[in-house]
Amino acid sequence: MGRYVARRLLQMIPVFIGSTLLIFSMMYALPGDPVAALYGEKQPDPAQIAAIKHQLGMDLPLWHQYWNYLIGLFQGDFGTQIATQRPVADVIEQAFPVTIRLTLFAFVFTVLVGVLLGMVSGLFADKAFDRIVLIFTLLLISIPSFVLGYLFQYLFAFQLDWLTPTVQDSRDIGQLLLPAIVLAALSLAYVTRLTRTSVAENLRADYIRTAIAKGLPRRRVVGIHLLRNSLIPVVTFLGTDIGALMAGAVVTEGIFNVHGVGNTIFEALNRREGSTVVGIATLIVIVYLVASLLVDLLYAVLDPRIRYD
Amino acid sequence: MDPQPDPSGADAKPAKGRSLWTDAWQDLRRNPMFVISAVLIVLLLTMVAFPGLFTSASPTVGDLTHHYQGEPRYTHFFGEDWFGYDTQGRSVWARMVHGARASVLVGVLVTLSVTLVGGIVGLVAGYFGGWLDSVLSRITDIFQGIPFLLGAMVVLTTFTKSNLWVVIAALLFLGWTQIARVARGSVITVKQSDYVHAAKSLGASTVRIMFRHIVPNALAPVVVVATTALGGYIAAEATLSYLGIGLAAPAVSWGVDVSNGKDALRTAPHILISPAVMVSLTVLAFIMLGDAVRNALDPKSR
Repeated sequence: MGRYVARRLLQMIPVFIGSTLLIFSMMYALPGDPVAALYGEKQPDPAQIAAIKHQLGMDLPLWHQYWNYLIGLFQGDFGTQIATQRPVADVIEQAFPVTIRLTLFAFVFTVLVGVLLGMVSGLFADKAFDRIVLIFTLLLISIPSFVLGYLFQYLFAFQLDWLTPTVQDSRDIGQLLLPAIVLAALSLAYVTRLTRTSVAENLRADYIRTAIAKGLPRRRVVGIHLLRNSLIPVVTFLGTDIGALMAGAVVTEGIFNVHGVGNTIFEALNRREGSTVVGIATLIVIVYLVASLLVDLLYAVLDPRIRYD
Repeated sequence: MDPQPDPSGADAKPAKGRSLWTDAWQDLRRNPMFVISAVLIVLLLTMVAFPGLFTSASPTVGDLTHHYQGEPRYTHFFGEDWFGYDTQGRSVWARMVHGARASVLVGVLVTLSVTLVGGIVGLVAGYFGGWLDSVLSRITDIFQGIPFLLGAMVVLTTFTKSNLWVVIAALLFLGWTQIARVARGSVITVKQSDYVHAAKSLGASTVRIMFRHIVPNALAPVVVVATTALGGYIAAEATLSYLGIGLAAPAVSWGVDVSNGKDALRTAPHILISPAVMVSLTVLAFIMLGDAVRNALDPKSR
């Protein structure tokens, strides 16, 4: 197990360097000049700009800038926001917990509701309930999250007046409920469908027949034998989905005015603020990589036949 | 997009020794999901090709005396004021009809180019294996490590002026990995079959084996993923345009319209809801088509 983890960690390094370099060079190619933008309408002094750029290391070649960036990253330094002179790490520190809370909320919702719906419709495959769930998930997949967000906002906040249309306090679980459900909708649909197919397929497997023949109580057959084996593809999906959830927060946070990473990244993109975007994107890539590592390790827990050496 | 086979919907039919594709077609014709999605798609394509059939109003010319007129008047079928007017006094219905072009163009062109690029990468990686496979697979991993929407946002902001082609290029840049993975897996399975070994021992050239034997037989899973992904790309275009970094103002697109309508959501929800319904219906049609094609091509459901 230890050697397996070590090997996986080593394999992550090239992917990590590749993804961050890709994002870094994309931002480098941005046409806007964040230093010149500091001066607004005023005609900036070229010598002064050059001095600031030199001070920030922005006159170095791309590979050198990337190298400096990586070195800083290992020391917890995500660079500096040029406009505000604030360290990007501070900005992330402020916005990240909000997004984590939102994403976690959406994630828990996805897992609980998705697995439950999928289980039930898988156990009763091709019955009325299953058909309804299939149509419901098909609709969820078809409605883009920005549409669903405004639809819910209109319905639950403006028409029914049950909830506030925007989030004032991100620590209030009640206020985060609506954005979390909107963020979770797409993943929820996939998780439901995955669980359903997996359960319906495994229901016909030999080990289930054996378990029933042995006279095990139904609760044990379904809860331990069936669910555990059926969850493997679901866990795989959930692992890769965390990154997508955090990226999806850009849209959801915008609609509901949640001051998280998504909002920050969007504002930074509009200001051509490379360092902030690269910092947050790097962080999301790390989260994605760690999540997929955890998924591989979880396999061993779910399926004892899989052994790592 | 949708990673699992969906065994419902298609009934197993006795194979009569026809090819996979003829069999699939027989299955598809009897699948109500396929029929519904096909009708929707044909309607949509008609809208793309001949918007004049559906509306005679201009999507870009507004009459401010119509400003905010939210009450639809139902004067005549497919009339100009069927869905009311937007904040600029433009016919919402006309914009719904004319917006189809951008969405469908992006969806179809991205899917075609992604299938081509991803397909070639997957074919080369799967067929040759070895170090070439390792290198290509790592490159795929790198692109896969960047969340799709986030990556597309970064790419698009590097362009000061975004148009249809830029949006297509950005979606291609980040979207090809999914097809590459599926194609690679499919090619590896087909490569091990007897007819490929037979062709090899008969001295067939690499190119011949690839295009006569591997590609036609490895195509089915790729087609399934591509069909479903098409709906996803349409949704992606709308999302990016909505965020203001995809298509912009003079362009007529559903995403742009949703973005326009969001500020008037409380007072005139029809401005936002109409294009939103169009996006959702279109995505639904293509995802249903993908599901139906999957059922027809999946040998397990036979």
